[in-house]
Amino acid sequence: MNLHIRGIRKDFDRFAALDGVSLDIASGELIALLGPSGSGKTTLLRLIAGLDFPTDGSVFFGEEDASRKSVQERNIGFVFQHYALFRHMTVAENIGFGLKVRPSRERLSRTEIRARAKKLLELVQLPGLENRYPAQLSGGQRQRVALARALAVEPRILLLDEPFGALDAQVRRDLRRWLRDIHDTTGHTSVFVTHDQEEALELADRLVVMNKGRIEQIGTADEIYDEPVSPFVYSFIGESSQLPVRIVNGEIWLEDRTIGLRTHDQSNSEGAFYFRPHDVDILDGCGGCLAGTVLSSRRVAGTRRVELAIGGPQHRVEIDLPADHPAATRSRIAFRPKHWKVFAERS
Amino acid sequence: MSSKSVPPTAPIVFRDATSESPLLKAGLIAVAAVFLALVLFLPLAAVFSEALRRGPTAALAALSEADALAAIRLTVTVALISVPLNLVFGVSAAWAIAKFDFKGKTFLITLIDLPFSVSPVIAGLVYILLFGTGSLFAPYMQSAGVQILFAVPGVVLATIFVTFPFVARELIPLMQDQGTGDEEAALSLGASGWQTFRLVTLPNIKWGLLYGVLLCNARAMGEFGAVSVVSGRLRGETVTMPLQVEILYNEYNFVAAFAVASVLALLALLTLGLKALLEQVYGRNHTGSSKH
Repeated sequence: MNLHIRGIRKDFDRFAALDGVSLDIASGELIALLGPSGSGKTTLLRLIAGLDFPTDGSVFFGEEDASRKSVQERNIGFVFQHYALFRHMTVAENIGFGLKVRPSRERLSRTEIRARAKKLLELVQLPGLENRYPAQLSGGQRQRVALARALAVEPRILLLDEPFGALDAQVRRDLRRWLRDIHDTTGHTSVFVTHDQEEALELADRLVVMNKGRIEQIGTADEIYDEPVSPFVYSFIGESSQLPVRIVNGEIWLEDRTIGLRTHDQSNSEGAFYFRPHDVDILDGCGGCLAGTVLSSRRVAGTRRVELAIGGPQHRVEIDLPADHPAATRSRIAFRPKHWKVFAERS
Repeated sequence: MSSKSVPPTAPIVFRDATSESPLLKAGLIAVAAVFLALVLFLPLAAVFSEALRRGPTAALAALSEADALAAIRLTVTVALISVPLNLVFGVSAAWAIAKFDFKGKTFLITLIDLPFSVSPVIAGLVYILLFGTGSLFAPYMQSAGVQILFAVPGVVLATIFVTFPFVARELIPLMQDQGTGDEEAALSLGASGWQTFRLVTLPNIKWGLLYGVLLCNARAMGEFGAVSVVSGRLRGETVTMPLQVEILYNEYNFVAAFAVASVLALLALLTLGLKALLEQVYGRNHTGSSKH
């Protein structure tokens, strides 16, 4: 099922939670909505589900305008961060709930519902737990049951709101792989919300990076990481260091010296210069490069993270060196970013 | 070094951080027991012993008088009407307040609390003002031939007013605490509003609901002030059990007064017993820890 979101706006009181959001999702895609809290990602998911309604704009399920349809009519599967399992029902009753509440002419028999629940439990790798109550399951097991329950109604679209947010790190990693497998098996068009970029980069076919109620960038993990289109995306995804620079005739200047890099942007303006700390060449000395005094040096797993002050204490950046790199002992390090980006300020 | 060189010491007793010394424990338990005996058990025992002072026959005779029987019947009738009405009202109000956002919500909560803060006598007087002679509704009532004051409808209305916060007050914090996650899950699975309420919301609140209904019922049967004002005290017609107790007591008919009082007390004990029993029978399902 294709999903098209057109010019969605959602106001809460006087503040816009979503402001002109448009998004196209192809059938069978696994999409991550990624952003800091308050970016509107959960609001967008709830609007797709029909749990909330937009102030303006529309949601299309394929060719069909679903904007004014109720959550029941949309036939979606929704997985909640805190599972929302019905505590007074067994696992099998939870999974069968969506089938049991159907109007009598479409309803399956009790034994058929029970058989479906059993099959879904096998799909989510929890066979034999039909008669347990949610209170008797671990967090990871509960979320698997919640997914089985959402899949039971054969939804057109699967929506997951921070599905692993309440779980500990190890379980999260396991469930991530497991969710990817389930998605590849069932082929549902799926959208999940997360604030965990590692989760989004690893799991999703495409990422939607959101900030302050707007979409900053849509793309694959490679595109988002390698070609961030805005300072927000550059700093939000992965590690980054930033310097305020000036662009003069395509040359990049930091304070009163050029750093030996050129941009295609010919406008003479202020800008923000971004690079990844691990993506630098260490130089022996330079004319026209970045050089700074070592402020501190920390060992982070396989690398050494060095904090440098460049041309004065107000410009601080971080770079990563191999743990045994000789430069780590120096008090001054010169380097040049291999990949970088400069965002000119339009004035 | 032999073990004899170690000076004999008292064995060190380790105590849980949350536990107290035995002496303090015994003291606290004694205080609680004495308090309970003085405030609860003694008065209750006095009621029954006064009723049975001239033997069970006299007490039974007092209870089988026409007025006494009428009072018991009326009390039960009033409870049977007002408790279900307040059950429906309380659940609807709690559902609206806990699960939805709307303007005037705080005002509604205050309104629900009103019967708690207003003296029951004033509640009764309000009905006199509303329905009494020369009041706003009096002409309509008269032309329709409906008698509210000094009749059973008045007693029912006064009781509903006084008991109306019990169910809602019990449910609102519970439902607010549970949030709307379960309901949203049910809706997303295709359940209608009514199915969601019946299959998801109601099971989640059943113990709070039961408790609220029991409190509501106890108050409905025991209400004195408001009912006293609107009833007009027509013997055998608008006199409920609490009123009957007072009337008999004022006539120095102590055995009969305490006999009726005993029945009221017994009804209260029965209610509590019923609650304990229900919790025993269904309590295990609540946590879902056993049975299967």
